[in-house]
Amino acid sequence: MSDLDRLSLHVPEPAVRPGGQPDFSNVKIPKAGSVPRPEVDVAPEEIRDLAFSIIRVLNRDGEAVGPWAGLLSDAELLTGLRHMMMLRAFDARMLMAQRQGKTSFYMQHLGEEAVSCAFRRALRKGDMNFPTYRQAGLLIADDYPMVEMMNQIFSNESDPCHGRQLPVMYTSKEHGFFTISGNLATQYVQAVGWAMASAIKNDTRIAAGWIGDGSTAESDFHSALVFASTYRAPVILNIVNNQWAISTFQGIARGGSGTFAARGLGFGIPALRVDGNDYLAVYAVARWAVERARRNLGPTLIEYVTYRVGAHSTSDDPSAYRPKTESEAWPLGDPVLRLKKHLIVRGAWSEERHAQAEAEIMDEVIQAQKQAESHGTLHAGGKPSVRDIFEGVYAEMPPHIRRQRQKAGY
Amino acid sequence: MARMTMIEAVRSAMDVSMARDENVVVFGEDVGYFGGVFRCTQGLQAKYGKTRCFDAPISESGIVGTAIGMAAYGLKPCVEIQFADYMYPAYDQITQEAARIRYRSNGDFTCPIVLRMPTGGGIFGGQTHSQSPEALFTHVCGLKVIVPSNPYDAKGLLISAIEDPDPVMFLEPKRLYNGPFDGHHERPVTPWSKHELGDVPEGHYTIPIGKAEIRRKGSAVTVVAYGTMVHVALAAAEEAGIDAEVIDLRSLLPLDLDTIVQSVTKTGRCVVVHEATLTSGFGAELVSLVQEHCFYHLEAPVVRVTGWDTPYPHAQEWDYFPGPARVGRALTEVMEA
Repeated sequence: MSDLDRLSLHVPEPAVRPGGQPDFSNVKIPKAGSVPRPEVDVAPEEIRDLAFSIIRVLNRDGEAVGPWAGLLSDAELLTGLRHMMMLRAFDARMLMAQRQGKTSFYMQHLGEEAVSCAFRRALRKGDMNFPTYRQAGLLIADDYPMVEMMNQIFSNESDPCHGRQLPVMYTSKEHGFFTISGNLATQYVQAVGWAMASAIKNDTRIAAGWIGDGSTAESDFHSALVFASTYRAPVILNIVNNQWAISTFQGIARGGSGTFAARGLGFGIPALRVDGNDYLAVYAVARWAVERARRNLGPTLIEYVTYRVGAHSTSDDPSAYRPKTESEAWPLGDPVLRLKKHLIVRGAWSEERHAQAEAEIMDEVIQAQKQAESHGTLHAGGKPSVRDIFEGVYAEMPPHIRRQRQKAGY
Repeated sequence: MARMTMIEAVRSAMDVSMARDENVVVFGEDVGYFGGVFRCTQGLQAKYGKTRCFDAPISESGIVGTAIGMAAYGLKPCVEIQFADYMYPAYDQITQEAARIRYRSNGDFTCPIVLRMPTGGGIFGGQTHSQSPEALFTHVCGLKVIVPSNPYDAKGLLISAIEDPDPVMFLEPKRLYNGPFDGHHERPVTPWSKHELGDVPEGHYTIPIGKAEIRRKGSAVTVVAYGTMVHVALAAAEEAGIDAEVIDLRSLLPLDLDTIVQSVTKTGRCVVVHEATLTSGFGAELVSLVQEHCFYHLEAPVVRVTGWDTPYPHAQEWDYFPGPARVGRALTEVMEA
């Protein structure tokens, strides 16, 4: 033993902790427009470098440049801006509602609005998402009624989930939004199964799985990749890398692999990395992946590089584990402000119209909230029935649950 | 002696154990720098370094699997599963690996690990942050299962668990972390600092695994409970005006059958209370044992008060939680039978 060097355990650490100067110099940001756009039927091994770069469309001057640009009209971009602003206003109101005790819990999207809002627009009606708790943009951008979302958040008498589920764990088959469980990674592999079923039935619909950087460590993530790879499932496997898994920085889940997108390479799945704060880039990459799936070319793995500006949830305080000013130092900027600037550069928007839209959208959200609150909030007004506890465990209520319901007085 | 919350008590147990034995390591999701989402490991990384207390990737099967490997090497891992509800990805590692390593290798390898996990409801955690999976562990041969009801026990039992030669599931009722919650959610929380069992020695001590404690002496009916339900049962007995004897099991496996049998033999009546669902819950095992051992002393059917056989609802939490009113009704029912 004596002639051997002693081993030591490597435990990764983020570059900076509270009290330190935020530093993202390790995040290499390629110039907008510099990453090539391959054909969708490209062999995965020919685009390995896309798993280590960042596809970007909007440059610092607010112009859309390069081979991934040019897909969206002024009207479509204005719609996208509106969706992101609406999600942001929605979050602001619901955070406040949580602080006022109108719900038990909330999770916001601040800084990540482009990811789900733009992605939804690349899908068609009938496609199915298996989201996490930070993709409400999939609903907003599909015009799901905000009032319904709020009813769910308030667990009131009109809650589509009858008070059974945690706030923000929405469900809507009609809007291609699979019921969120709250468990991590479990639904990533289900997205692959849904896509396989669509292929088995020679359907035309595709699926999308969603996961965070931290949850890629779960076994279900790896199961999803192997099934998607083996059966060339028509599925888009999205990884939202927002840098933080509660208090744990992304390096703990990523390990030595360089990027999360690179996880796809070993499975032979084309893997792209995209600027998650660039609405145009997210849309362009999503379209590319959608086309691959639709043409039966198989799965695509996409890593969205973004930053969780807010707390993980209303139960979290990020100042305990990262510098308070870290979000301001994030080099990819704010998705809303970047799209706004682009629209102004295009001559389709102005500061005045933006300010006006902001006020109108906030008013719309407040009106929706008033309507939702008229059906009650968690501790006041209309509530789901105690009866609802016992319904829906099975299609048909077995006798033992019926006895328990009666015992409960319902 | 110091006044401790249950969070401080489990932290102190790990601290004391890590100081005494350098083979004790602590890890889990958010456990290192941040100190855990319930702050149970706060300060341990700063004190013992990041190779003895560290953040794990979000992979419960990975956390438990590596803990088993470390135990095989000779370490004593005490790992945190962030919520008991997150334990399922690790269930294969727990049931088919940790629980059987001693048996299948005839002691060539052993598995002295502790899995700490916050359990139970009462915090509006919904179906994925409220579960009580203890029966899924007591049904597995080779595991020990502990559910403490107060800071004093939590510390002494956790040290025992860490020092135990076999795998121990340590379920911490999260609604008890900050005070002896008796089910009266509409009332202000009583802090542990106002409760005698919040008095906790700062140093090393152990409480034997497998010994129950009688929390209230009584002669009319025996209440068998553990965790949060101990405090609910105590409140229910007072409010119903029934002279109940309340047994706090503390350890479900091994089980202190003698204390239960002695009490039921004396009272002739028994109510079993747990927060987990009814069907195939640990209460079924308890009722069976009471029936086997006390049949000729029973004056009334043994009654269970439990969570309903449904997932834990979010909004209707307090209609699901078996609170003092429901336990009180059961006590009255058993007395009138």
